[in-house]
Amino acid sequence: MRERPLSPHVSVYRMSRYTLLTSILNRLTGLALSVGLVILAYWLTALSRGARAHQQATAILSGGLAKLVFAGLLIAFCYHFVAGIRHLIWDTGRGLERRQSMQSAWLVAIGTVVLAAIFILFASWAGRQ
Amino acid sequence: MSLRSPLARVLGHGSAKEGVHHWWMQRLTSIALLPLTVWFVVALLSLPLHDRASVAAWVANGWTPLLLIVFVLVATWHSRLGVQVVIEDYVPAAGTKTFSLILSTFAHFLVAAAAIFAVLKVAFE
Repeated sequence: MRERPLSPHVSVYRMSRYTLLTSILNRLTGLALSVGLVILAYWLTALSRGARAHQQATAILSGGLAKLVFAGLLIAFCYHFVAGIRHLIWDTGRGLERRQSMQSAWLVAIGTVVLAAIFILFASWAGRQ
Repeated sequence: MSLRSPLARVLGHGSAKEGVHHWWMQRLTSIALLPLTVWFVVALLSLPLHDRASVAAWVANGWTPLLLIVFVLVATWHSRLGVQVVIEDYVPAAGTKTFSLILSTFAHFLVAAAAIFAVLKVAFE
């Protein structure tokens, strides 16, 4: 096929542009959570197949690497959750001015950390019960 | 038979409003997922996951199986819509794109069906 003209590609954008960063992070975290759904289906299936299957799945899902994956999934969820709320607010036509969207980008960053911290504190509290 | 031309019958009715269907379903599922995901994550974090009896008892208890099925359905739907957009944006070749979209749809259906089947099986254990 003949070489066709290309529109500006990844390399011309500056990652320091918060609009680009927040947008691509929303996509990446969404994709990560899609993988999380596969893990959920695997885990539920193992649960439904009896004690042995559940034990095997628990062994796989509680390994060091798996723990890292779940920590990542929790943070991905927190980001996607807060960034999603930002999108829903945009959809009502609010907060679209440049200054507002820059502020809300910071709010998303702070909200992600706060939400993740709440979940982690809750998990350690629930674990001690 | 009406003497009105087909054009006259169509004019003024606007579009079928289907153009925003994908966008709209993405928003509806995201709104539904706000409470559903928080409920699910809180439940996961408070369950003793190594203990099958406790987890199975939770899955089978009261409204939990219903909520779990709703969560799985809405989450896989939302995921399918999201992955679809990513594929449409980043897979350039038409053939690979169509193939990826079909694969993604099938995979999402399989994940949803497997999870729902498992929930029902545990609920009726």
